[in-house]
Amino acid sequence: MRGEYGFRLAIGAVAVLVVVLVAAIGVELARQSWLSIEKFGLSFWTTSIWDPVAGEFGAFPFIWGTLYSSIAALLIATPIALGIAVFISELSPAWLKGPLIFLTELLAAIPSIVYGLWGIFVLVPAVRQLELNTPQALRELPLFSGAPLGLGMLSAALILAVMVIPFTSAIAREVLKTVPVAQREAAYALGATRFEAIRAAMFFARTGILGAVMLGFGRALGETMAVTMVIGNTPQVSASLFAPQHTMAAVIANEFTEASDRLYLNALIEIGLVLFIITLLVNAGSRLLIWAMGRTPARTARRVATPVTT
Amino acid sequence: MKFPADSVICMTNRLVAGAGLVALVAATACGGGAPQQSAQSGESPSAGGTVQINGAGATFPNPIYSKWFAEYTKQHPDVQINYQPIGSGGGIRQLTAQTVFFGASDTPMTDDQLKEAPGPILHFPTVLGAVVPIYNLEGVSELKFTGQLLADIYLGKVKKWNDPAIAKVNPGVTLPATDIAVAHRSDGSGTTFIFLDYLSKVSPEFQTRVGANASVNWPVGVGGKGNDGVAGLVSQTPGAIGYVELIYALQNKIDFGAVQNATGEFVKASPDAVTKAAAGAAMPADFRVSITNAAGAGAYPISSFTWLLLYQAPSDTVRAKGMVDFVKWALTDGQKYATDLGYAPVPATVVQQELATLGTIKVP
Amino acid sequence: MNRATWRRLISYLFVAACGLSVLIALVPLVMILFFVISQGVQALNVEFFTAMPKPVGEPGGGMLNAFVGTLMLIGLAAALAIPVGVISGIYMSEYAGTRLATMVRFAADTLNGVPSIVIGIFAYGIAVLPFRQFSALAGGLALGVMMIPIIARTTEELLLLVPGSLREGALALGATRARAVFSVILPAAIPGIITGIVLALARIAGETAPLLFTSFNNQFFSTDVRQPMASMTVQIFNYATSAYDDWIRQAWAGALVLVTFVLICSLLARVVTARLQRLRG
Repeated sequence: MRGEYGFRLAIGAVAVLVVVLVAAIGVELARQSWLSIEKFGLSFWTTSIWDPVAGEFGAFPFIWGTLYSSIAALLIATPIALGIAVFISELSPAWLKGPLIFLTELLAAIPSIVYGLWGIFVLVPAVRQLELNTPQALRELPLFSGAPLGLGMLSAALILAVMVIPFTSAIAREVLKTVPVAQREAAYALGATRFEAIRAAMFFARTGILGAVMLGFGRALGETMAVTMVIGNTPQVSASLFAPQHTMAAVIANEFTEASDRLYLNALIEIGLVLFIITLLVNAGSRLLIWAMGRTPARTARRVATPVTT
Repeated sequence: MKFPADSVICMTNRLVAGAGLVALVAATACGGGAPQQSAQSGESPSAGGTVQINGAGATFPNPIYSKWFAEYTKQHPDVQINYQPIGSGGGIRQLTAQTVFFGASDTPMTDDQLKEAPGPILHFPTVLGAVVPIYNLEGVSELKFTGQLLADIYLGKVKKWNDPAIAKVNPGVTLPATDIAVAHRSDGSGTTFIFLDYLSKVSPEFQTRVGANASVNWPVGVGGKGNDGVAGLVSQTPGAIGYVELIYALQNKIDFGAVQNATGEFVKASPDAVTKAAAGAAMPADFRVSITNAAGAGAYPISSFTWLLLYQAPSDTVRAKGMVDFVKWALTDGQKYATDLGYAPVPATVVQQELATLGTIKVP
Repeated sequence: MNRATWRRLISYLFVAACGLSVLIALVPLVMILFFVISQGVQALNVEFFTAMPKPVGEPGGGMLNAFVGTLMLIGLAAALAIPVGVISGIYMSEYAGTRLATMVRFAADTLNGVPSIVIGIFAYGIAVLPFRQFSALAGGLALGVMMIPIIARTTEELLLLVPGSLREGALALGATRARAVFSVILPAAIPGIITGIVLALARIAGETAPLLFTSFNNQFFSTDVRQPMASMTVQIFNYATSAYDDWIRQAWAGALVLVTFVLICSLLARVVTARLQRLRG
């Protein structure tokens, strides 16, 4: 085809930059953490000690904290974000759409340090009250055990959820907007209720929606400032929502500027490398999921959505 | 949705809009291409015009340093000193990597750190400060602590406020039966180092179990980020205890306790008490000294100098001259701003010693 | 109840749940806004926008250098991220089945999850250390790298959802692939792409960590991209973590301005998008 290869080469060259960038980050991280990798090897992932004075480092509490807080945040945020996206794109009256979109974007515009400060002064005391008022029966469960400090996993999950909502909902909203009208009309023509027609539209756009959720998850995994101000920054592994814990991004942010000991610095950067690898693994998993879910939609959609009349 | 076939015609409009956006973006980016008259590029010496000197380091002296740099530029408009408070360790690292011209630290550089630097580095104490134990106890405004007591609280051995160990040091004070919520710094910090340096001196167990460093493996407690993080934590949590620089306790109006010094006297921190702590210390030639656990009447035991770090023989002699002149000014005229901001001035004998050492830096 | 009633009931509950989720999201928003506005409005005056920072103890002072600095840093970041992001998105959607496209998609998602401070460390390693110089260019690099995945993925997702009939129509008329993409398909997806760009801008406008080791911050006014540059986020961070009421109030005012700025950007984007859609009919 005329100019086909030229075009493909040109934009391919730019696209490959993204891959090069990611590889470069991985390489740079590995290079700067070599001392620590040599010393601890794979045990770095499973050890729970973090002692800068003794030179003993292990990433497990941080891995735990990061995954726990991000998954909890996702569980809270995704239904709300999708609900907002559906509401704005399908259910709201036209005059309300603009203001609602504006408000969701407002949430995304707030800098993470402001979230953190609001967290300390408003969210944490509120969570503390919640913890104090938790019935004793629930307190027995490992999920709710521990001193009612307010700081801890629950506050972190809540603040992360608030930060993730605007991202997931904005993209889900855009994706839903581009579902062809024909799809919905067909559903209604067959006698579907509001819910069923929307469900059909969401099914059509499912890969896009999953992409939106994954972007939100990525946001949660890497969030630093807001989390570090409310999570309690204690490297411990605990199943309790009330316990203060730590995340990989938070420990790097907290200790990177002051770490002047070679091994310490390398260990911190190795935590960055661990986070990097975990993000890679999470993505691989979700890629598989999307592939399994979306084997046909894009291709089928293009054929099916050819409007007969429009 | 309608997608008219005459989209090609509309393409021109879109291209114009797009080009406009790109131009706007490019304009802001390119607008910075030409160096301004007042800022020099790179670390190369300037031939006339203003000199900008970049420095980084401790957060603790940031308020007084920002005051000093502003005052100094008023008097010497050709010298602009840009200081960023990224932390003591950060300052040392950037100085060693030579991405900044000078550093600042609440703890002196160790021998290992000095060896790693590409050239000899000199320490210059600029002001003194104090770290105070803050607490949040309803109805209790005056508390006394011994060093051992603080160490035991931070080791997790003393868990409740009405523990006999606390009561013994504070006769007559009604102490509630609340749990002690311990707060410490989550980020590495010179403030932490000063506090731990003191605790390690008064408690051998603390020395072995925890040690003194900017970041440690804390036996108990939650971590707050920065002095403000700990201050916020303590003021929000009933029954909490923490440690911050004096100015944070004063500005946020948080109760802080008196600490027992090496002579046995209980002293509450103040610029005066800090100066007394410095007076007792013998100052070595390289100015690297710790004055925690000081002895003497009225001396506050958790005090410390803070230092400016300069290369002894930098290749950029113009900037070197700028900094040397500044440090001279800071040690003489600058000291008068210290007490208003909660710092203690450097003792006169030390200033003399420093001025002499400044003379060894090569300037044009 | 019969099946039809049951289905209708589920539908009502679903609609109610969606409405509820909107309300739930609004609660923290209102609280945070109230917090920021009530704290920030006290220090908001003309001097704040036109003056340079003053040291503690001296009343007044502003964030002029930080405003200009943030604008320049965002400009630099966008100059890097928009072309790379959009073109990568085009590749991923046009050649969706190829190995490179899969790799690029994977890379973009990974990049999105890398914490901002790690990107800052990376930019420090390649753009600051070798030159022994903090600079706005390094800061722009760090921020741009963070923007790329958001722009690339939204571009890709939206291009994929453009109906196949469009591409087939263009190709049937004899257009080259390039023409088909740039004249027909891309314009159809522009509103969504602009949303992606604005989201990416919002993401980086509030970032502090990657700038600490790249653009550093500057107490003085400078527009030289090869020198340290002031930015609002770092200045806000320094002020907010200090002990002085004056500075803390200015930090809140700065946060308020930052939020407003991002909003204005998104409003502008919306206006431009509406304009384009009106042109297309």
